[in-house]
Amino acid sequence: MSDVSAKKVLFEPIFSNNPIALQILGICSALAVTTSLSVTLVMCASVIAVTAFSNLAVSLIRAQIPNSIRIIVQMTIIASLVIVVDQLLKAYAYEISKQLSVFVGLIITNCIVMGRAEGFAMQNPPMLSFLDGIGNGLGYSIAILFVAVFRELFGSGELLGFTILASVNDGGWYVPNGMMLLPPSAFFIIGLGIWALRTWKPEQVEEPDFKMSAHKTREAF
Amino acid sequence: MEHYLSLLITAIFVENLALAFFLGMCTFLAISKKVEAAIGLGIAVVVVLTLSVPVNNLIFNTVLRDGALSWAGLPNVDLSFLGLLTYIGVIAALVQILEMVLDKYIPALYSALGVFLPLITVNCAILGASLFMVERDYNFGESVVYGFGAGVGWALAIGALGRYPREAQVQ
Repeated sequence: MSDVSAKKVLFEPIFSNNPIALQILGICSALAVTTSLSVTLVMCASVIAVTAFSNLAVSLIRAQIPNSIRIIVQMTIIASLVIVVDQLLKAYAYEISKQLSVFVGLIITNCIVMGRAEGFAMQNPPMLSFLDGIGNGLGYSIAILFVAVFRELFGSGELLGFTILASVNDGGWYVPNGMMLLPPSAFFIIGLGIWALRTWKPEQVEEPDFKMSAHKTREAF
Repeated sequence: MEHYLSLLITAIFVENLALAFFLGMCTFLAISKKVEAAIGLGIAVVVVLTLSVPVNNLIFNTVLRDGALSWAGLPNVDLSFLGLLTYIGVIAALVQILEMVLDKYIPALYSALGVFLPLITVNCAILGASLFMVERDYNFGESVVYGFGAGVGWALAIGALGRYPREAQVQ
């Protein structure tokens, strides 16, 4: 990381270094919370807040953290922030916090939060780390919002509760695609999204692990 | 007895942490290329889950739950908001202890598990199982069975997926 400018730190994770699409981090929650857009929005806000403030806190005390126990210290900071978010959600958005159930708690083990604290905030000043947290949170949000829009639109024909495609059950024409409501569909959508992103930005393509051997025709008997 | 058996089957197959709840996906995707690594991680997850879910259950029921501190003369204290911090602390401590114990007494298994033991702390399947245990209000016996079952389910899933690329390569 040679030149770290605030703008670069904030916007790079959104498309050119997206935590979900390029680094494949934080997939668990991306699959679980994307069935409806409203739940996803709350999850995005929580993750942005936790990533930003944990980066800030870790960066503030980075000179004081002994190297051998840094993981525990980071964990404690992240867990405390998640508790705050969890309590706030229970107080002000109880219905949605019920739907998110364990996944608010699982922000603690979201690799993005931990990865940014360890990989960026431990080496960089507080303000920059804070922006990096927001940037990565936004990158995560863009990716899961993309998934959620597809899943809610094609799974139930609605977006944020408004009917977009009138479903057959209500006398419309659209037959809801039930598979979109199941977690595997998020896998497919993320896969397609990564494909699209890497077609747009070919430098993100990885070397394949295994190469397919050239097709050989067998001689006829 | 039947109740425990059905809980075990449910935890392994019906509510498989990896395949039904998509927990532990990050490690799942990263590790399942190599079948040896997948099996090592699977075993480590079974061990840690079987220990951490019951321990968290004990702590939740005797200290954190609303009114659980009445044995200490504090009937009105509700510490359940500290849950997340406690569970992750217990998991991190358990992994550390397990690492030291294995290093001392079963070095073969320790070197086989290698880097996977510390990685388990940040595996969301582990924390997820503890959170599900609290949400579903399991008692101690149930939590032992659930922890073990959830671990076995996750290990089976990663083992099955880890096998596939290897065979594709041989072809």
